[in-house]
Order: sequence, then structure tokens, then C-alpha cells
Amino acid sequence: MNDVGELLLVLLLIPGAACLLTLLTPSRHDQVVRVIALATGIAVFVISIIVFAAFDYSEGGFQFALRYVWIENVGIFQENGISLFLAIDGIAAPLVLLNGIVACAGVLVSWKIDYRNKDFFILFWALVAGVFGVYISQDLFFWFFFYELAVLPMYLLIVVWGSTNKEYGAMKLTMVLVGGSVLIFIGIFAVFAEAGAGTFDMAVLREVEFDKSFAKTFFPFFMIGCGVLAGLWPFHTWSPDGHVAAPTAVSMLHAGVLMKLGAFGIVRLGIETLPAGTDLWMPVLLVLGGIAAIYGAFSALHQTDLKFVVGYSSVSHMGFVLLGLGTMNTIGVNGAVLQMFSHGVMTALFFAMVGAIYDQAHTRDITQFGGIIKRMPLFVIFFGIAGLASLGLPGLSGFVAEFHIFVGAVAEFPFWAAIGVLSAALTAVYVLRLLGRATLGPVNPRWDGLRDISRWEMAAGLMLIAPIVAMGVWPDPFVDRIASAVLELPSVDEVGGSLANLPVVRGG
Amino acid sequence: MDVIDLEYALIIPELVLASFATLIVAGALIFRRVPQEVWGYLSAAGLVVLLVLTAVFYINVNDDFANVLAVDNYTVLFRVFFLGIAAFAILAGVQFAGDRLRHHGEFYGLIMFATLGMMLLAASRELITAYLSLELMSFSLYILVGFNKLNPFSNEGSLKYLLLGAFSSALFLYGLSILYGVTGTTTYSAIEPDGIEAGRNIAQQLGNFSAATIDSALPIPGDVRPAIIVALVLIVAGLGFKVSAVPFHQWTPDAYQGAPLPITAFLSAAGKAAAFAFFLRLFSEALLPAAAEWSWLIAVIAALTMITGNLVALRQTNMKRLMAYSSIGQVGYLLIGIVALDAGSLAESQDAATALVLHLLGYVATNVLVFTALIAFYNRTGKDDIVDLRGLAERQPMLALLLSIALFSLAGMPLFAGFATKFVIFQVAASNGHLWLAVIGVTVSFVSLYYYLMVIKQMYLYKPEGDDTGRFSVPAPMMGALAVLTGAVFLVGLYPAPLFKAIDASTAMLFPGL
Repeated sequence: MNDVGELLLVLLLIPGAACLLTLLTPSRHDQVVRVIALATGIAVFVISIIVFAAFDYSEGGFQFALRYVWIENVGIFQENGISLFLAIDGIAAPLVLLNGIVACAGVLVSWKIDYRNKDFFILFWALVAGVFGVYISQDLFFWFFFYELAVLPMYLLIVVWGSTNKEYGAMKLTMVLVGGSVLIFIGIFAVFAEAGAGTFDMAVLREVEFDKSFAKTFFPFFMIGCGVLAGLWPFHTWSPDGHVAAPTAVSMLHAGVLMKLGAFGIVRLGIETLPAGTDLWMPVLLVLGGIAAIYGAFSALHQTDLKFVVGYSSVSHMGFVLLGLGTMNTIGVNGAVLQMFSHGVMTALFFAMVGAIYDQAHTRDITQFGGIIKRMPLFVIFFGIAGLASLGLPGLSGFVAEFHIFVGAVAEFPFWAAIGVLSAALTAVYVLRLLGRATLGPVNPRWDGLRDISRWEMAAGLMLIAPIVAMGVWPDPFVDRIASAVLELPSVDEVGGSLANLPVVRGG
Repeated sequence: MDVIDLEYALIIPELVLASFATLIVAGALIFRRVPQEVWGYLSAAGLVVLLVLTAVFYINVNDDFANVLAVDNYTVLFRVFFLGIAAFAILAGVQFAGDRLRHHGEFYGLIMFATLGMMLLAASRELITAYLSLELMSFSLYILVGFNKLNPFSNEGSLKYLLLGAFSSALFLYGLSILYGVTGTTTYSAIEPDGIEAGRNIAQQLGNFSAATIDSALPIPGDVRPAIIVALVLIVAGLGFKVSAVPFHQWTPDAYQGAPLPITAFLSAAGKAAAFAFFLRLFSEALLPAAAEWSWLIAVIAALTMITGNLVALRQTNMKRLMAYSSIGQVGYLLIGIVALDAGSLAESQDAATALVLHLLGYVATNVLVFTALIAFYNRTGKDDIVDLRGLAERQPMLALLLSIALFSLAGMPLFAGFATKFVIFQVAASNGHLWLAVIGVTVSFVSLYYYLMVIKQMYLYKPEGDDTGRFSVPAPMMGALAVLTGAVFLVGLYPAPLFKAIDASTAMLFPGL
């Protein structure tokens, strides 16, 4: 096994330190704030790459474990009652990388924020730290701590720096997400009380054989509680409203990373902790995911606001993720995790580009645009790559992920596989229509003044395109890591033997 | 009759505090030329010194004074705690008192007399002593609530508080008398709610009956149940008034709104903490054997309190009234801790007591932070409606940040005290078989986030309005108090282990059979 020392802790401390440093910087030095942000962004990016690369997939399991006891052997807490227990498995590894990439790209596109940028970055780094914390925590208390920490700054980020209908969007988003975490909260209490082990250590709780009826009762608390954050239909409506209201970097983090926390939570809390509940509930998740996929695609078809299109496409793509998880076979779950990563970078790219054009044009209405390619060729290329990845063009990340999901779904739920494929086809319709209307066609003279994207946005775009292409042409590093963890998930069926024997899946 | 050994050394802090408070009142009357701030800062400094000395000299003493006051770790924890809150309330109130109140010596003196009552209340292990301490605290608070005597709201609040408080004291006292009638004792540790021991004692005093005769005449278990239930209902109602649990909460918003802000802070923090310190000691030392009779009653009250407090808070427009209802909601969470005392084993009961005290301490620190920030704002503007906070993030960013931190903490958001302490108290409720209370608690905390966000929104989303929109600064002592409180809120939220262990060591004293 490779050794990365205390890098996982560093991953939490760096954004935390950035928070503090930014707080201590006098607000008139806004350039200093930016430099701190950029340095932090690069640092988390580099560390997340190291963590991802160092993860040893042949070993599998949880790696790089660090434990700092917080409280134990007192009151209701027994040994390791609550500890900051950090470790990652093959599912968390790509998601940590995803967060590193999106956070760094988010800093780049936020370079131009000049209204109270100090406060912005304090909240931004709190959010990033929260997301990292969720991916790497192996203690239920801290998992939930970071989960809430990731949701908390959203309200202020949207309300202060947002646009369109931001008061409504921010309040709706916060209340729905915290409402979801109420369910998780209850589930955690029940699990701790039922396990009677006096510890929130997930490694211990995974070993506990929960009563079947208990598991069936409390599985939906985790499934729906986390599912809300993953845009689970019918609790998805906060997502497009929130995305539209949020500032660019926040939309990127939000759709790119935050929504994945929900799907990740279903794996960590649901499948791993209460495997006995999966028989009953995962098919429900699959159906809801399928509905979200097709519903999101149809809704996106009708939107004229660029952000709403991308927002609903996120609902649709997260539907694929839930559909993949719902199959409960190795290929499907693998695909779900691949899709989390793929959708994360792709949608972040989408939002970065939407933000870039909105800052100049002050509108996101597709019908207002036309012939943008003449003015902003780079923008159109970047935007196009995001669109093509989104519709699942082979050679880009979306294809690999969706292919896995559909293969997994066909094996057991052919009807819902068909629904999934149909939604993918609809994605092609709305993405191509969007590209055609907004970027091609006759030049609208109103947009003569538009300049192409700035070099900061270009840097962010390139950062995000690299993994899209990398995963499209060489998915092995991702598949290997994810499969090492998925194969160990309880009650996940193995389909098609070892994935290593499926060159078609590996090769994309 | 045994000669009772009075070890006055055990109650030196109380004696010193009583003398100090008297001296401050007298000093302010005699030396009228001395600026009033001096008395305030002197009082605060005195309290801090006393706090430190108490903490140093009384840890692990574990003795009792004439069997009426326990001087154990639990007492010491609350002594330190009440002295601290009083110091903060005085420190936060100095400028306020100078600007808006008269009779400063009495003001600071009464705060300290109330503190004295609280310290004795937490220490009492005898019903009459407890009652007298409770009244010492309450009487001081009645006067303090009406201290702004030219303000009609202050008068109204004080009168309501006085009338309802007196009524509740009567109920409480009646409950105590029935309890005494059944059990024949006022000492907590001797109270046996089944009444058998009391019957035996009385019979022995009446005449020379044989043991067999006495035993045949004793009440069989369950005989005195109706009387115990009446006593418990009255005691719970009386205490319910003191902690402002629904449906005994009606005085709270008026008293909070009418009282001068530093007193609102003191009332909502220390007043509540003292009532709970007493509640917890009484119910775990004396009434735990009758848990089956009261736990359902308090469970219903806890649920009603959480729900009512948090729902009514949604409709408030005044910051003090909002905090009044929010504190009622918090009382509901705290009552869960009392309900959860009803567990299979003493160890589990102690878990509940520890969780309750932890949440109490975290809540109180946060609440004092909220009020200190509001006082700083009020000193400048003289306003306390929620909309008056508009644009505070631009006028005084630090104050807005600290107030947001405190409100997020009350809502139970991570990094702050509220998250850790609520987590523990709800977990204990779930572990001790009251998951449904935890469910209600989590759900209404979610509701509470909405109204806290409405306040935060005013500060961050809107521009300042009205004629006074300039930036302003907060005086250094105030800023110092705010900084210390914020530090406490973060400390409890991020690393509560030392505090948790200290509380666990102190609540262990409540369960001698452990």
C-alpha cells in the first residue's frame, strides 16, 4: 500500500486555514484574498491528484486511515465514541479528485468577483472543506458534521452574490437540503442506538448485523435524506432554482460536487451501513432515478434560460446516477460512480461557461443569442465539449459512465434501461438544440461587443476538459479504483464476473 | 437531636458573593461621585475573581453543608457557570445601564443577589432550602425586569412575571407540601416516593408498636400513587413556569421584551440554567424512583414546548420576542434530557443528565453571545426589531458575523456549540428509548433554521435603512466579551471533550448509587 502520510488531514486543514487567513486579511486587500484563494486552490488540486494516484486499487478497501479521537469512554461514548477517522476507498478517491479539480476551477472563475470577495472566499473554503470532509470521513458524527458544513454556506453564498430570484432560490435550497438532513439525523440516532456499540465509527457499524425490519425501516431515512441532495425526484425542485440563483463558482461546486454528496451518502450510509434494507428500497431508488432522468430531460427541453437547461440536465444526469445505484450490480454501481465524476466535471464546465457569457451579456435567454461563435469561438468550443460529454459522445467521459449504467440496468431492469437510453437521446436533442440556437445561426448584432472568455475562464475550462477527455479515452484509472470498492459493497451482485474481463467496458 | 456541624468553609463563595453584592449596593449609595461604570467593572471583576477562586478551591470537595446544601462537583460546575454569566451580563450591561437606567448600584447588586440564589439552588438538596433559593433568584429577577421604570413595557413585563411567578411558586410549594406529606422528609436523598419509609418513621414515633404491626399497617406500594401524581403535577407545573415550558410560558415574551436587554440576557441564560440545574438535581436525586409517573408528563410537555416555541417564533418581528420563543424551543430540547433520565439503569440516566447539562451550557453561551451582540447594536441605535438589523453587515461587519455565528449555533449548525450539544442530547434520547422526541426535536430545529435565516438575511441581503446608516464601532470591553463568548461557542462545537468529561464527573454526583 502506498503511504501518503497525513495528506487526508491536510486536505481538510488547507481549506480551513484558507478560511482563517482570508478572515484575517483586511477587506481592502482584495488582491491578497485572491492570491490566497489561488494558492489554496492549486494546493488542494495537487493534493487531491496525489491522493487519487496513490490509492492502491489492487489492495482495495479503505486506505490512508488516520484517526484522531475526539471523545471516548465517557457518557454514551465507548471506545472511539467519536473520532475524526479519515480514510478513503475506491469510491471516494475519484470524488476527492473531482472536488479538488472543481474547487480550483471555481477559484479561477471567481477571480473577477469584487463585491466583498473576502467574505465570498471564506464561505467558499468552508464549503470545500465540508465536501472533502464528507468524502473522507469514516465516522458518522463527522460525516454528518461535514455534510451540514457543506450545505450551510450555500445560503449566504447565493443570497449575497447570486442573481435571478436569489432570495427564493437560496431559502428553498437551504430548507429542502436541511430538511433532507433531518432524515439523515434521525437515521443516525436510530443506528447508533440500535447498534449499541457506543461509537459512531463506520467501520464498527458496518460489522453490526442490523435487524432486517430495523434496516428496512431506517434505510429510506438515509436514501431519501441523502437523495434530496442528489436531486431525487420528486424532491429535486430546489436544484434548478438554486442553480439559477447561485453565482457561477457556487453553481459549479453545487452541481459539480455537492449533489454527488447525496449519491455518495446513499452508498456510505445506506448500502454499507444497512445492507439489509437494500432489497426493498434500491428498486424504488432505481425507479425514482429513472423518472428523474426522463423528467429532467423533458424539462430541460422546455427551458430557455441557459442555467435552467443545465440545472434540469443535472437533475436528469443525477437520475442516471441513482438509476445506476439502484441496479445493485457491480457494473451499474460502477457506472453510477463514474457518472458522478463525469457529471461533476462536465456540469462544472457548463456552469463556468454560462457564467462567462452571463457576466458580459447579462442575460441567459437562449432565444436572445445567435451566432455567438463568431464573437466567442473559444467559448463555443468549451461549451460544446461540455454539451457533447453530456449527451454521451464516445471518447468523452459521459459515454463511459452511461454505458456502464445501461449495461448494469439492462441485466435486471430492461424497461428502466430503456427509459435511461431514451433520456440520453433526449439529452442529445436539447443539447444540440441549445448549441445550435445560441452559438450558430445568423449573427445577432446586439452581441457585437462580446469578447471571448478571459484567460482565467480558459484555464478553468481546460482544467475541467482534461478529465472529461482523460476519462473518455482512458477510463482504467477510474474504473480500477471504483471497482475495487464496489466489489466489496455488501449485497451488490456481481454481473459479468470480474470487470477486468470486460474490455469493452474498460476501453470505452 | 444531633448537633449539626456547620462547616462554613464550604459555602464561602456564597457568603463572599452576598457581602460583595451588599457592598456594591452600599458603596454606590455612599460614594455618589464615583462614575457608575466603576461599579459595573468592579462587580464584573469581583465575580471573575470569585469564579477563579471557586474553581480552584472547590473541585472534588464532595461534602455537604448541614445536609441542605451539597458542595460537590455539580455545585461547583454551576457556581462557576453562574458567576461567569453574571460577569458577562454585567460587562455587557455597563454602557446600557449608564445610558438608559438609574440606580446602578442596585442594578449590579440585584444581578449578584439573583446569582447567589442560583448558586444555592443548584446546590440545594433539601426542599425548603431549594424553595428559598428559588425565591431569592426570582424576587431579584422580578425587580430587574421592571428596572427600566419609566418604560411601560418594562412595567408590564415585570408585573406579568411577578404575578405568574408568584402563582407558580404557590403551585410548586403546594406540590412540595404534598410530597412531604407522603414521604415525611424534605431531604432529597431520603425521599422515597412509595411512602413506606415515611409511614414506618411516623408509626415508630407514635408509639411502641411491634415491627410486624407496623409493617402490616404500612401502605402497600401503589397506595400513595395518587398523592404522588398530584405532587408531581404541581411540581412540574411550578418548574414549568420557571423554565417557561409550554403551556406555562406566556409570561416569557412579555418579560423578555420589557426587561432591559442585559437583564433579558441574564434571565434567558442564567435564569433558565438555574431552574434546570435544580430540576435535574431534584428529579435525579429525589424523584428518580417515581420516573414512571413523571416521564410521560414531561415528555408531552417537552414535545409541546419544542413545537410551540419554534412555530410561534416564525411570526415574530421583534428580536427580543423572537429570542423569547427561540429560548422556549430550546427549553423543549433540554426537557428531553429530563425525560431521558427515565432509563433502565443509573448509568443511562447519568448519560441523559450529562447531555442535558452539556446542551444547557452550550445553549447559554450562545444565547449570551446573541444578547451581547444585540446590546452592542442597541447601545448605538436604541432599536430591537428584526428589520432594524438591516444592513448590519455593512455597518458593523464583525457584529453581523458574530450574531450570525450565534444564530447558526442556536439552529444547530456544525462548527458551533449547537451542533455538538444537540447531537448528543438527541442521541441520548434515542438511545434511552425516546426516539420520537429526537425526531420532533430535529424537525423543529429545522424549522428554527428558517427564522434564524430570516434574521441573517436582514443583516446580509439588505442595505441599511433610515436616518442612521453609518458604520459604528463597538467599545473594547464589549468586543472582549463577544470574543470570549465566540471562542466558547467554537470550543464547545469543535472540541467539547474536556467539557464533556467535566460535566460527566459532576453529574455522577447526582446518582450516588452509580
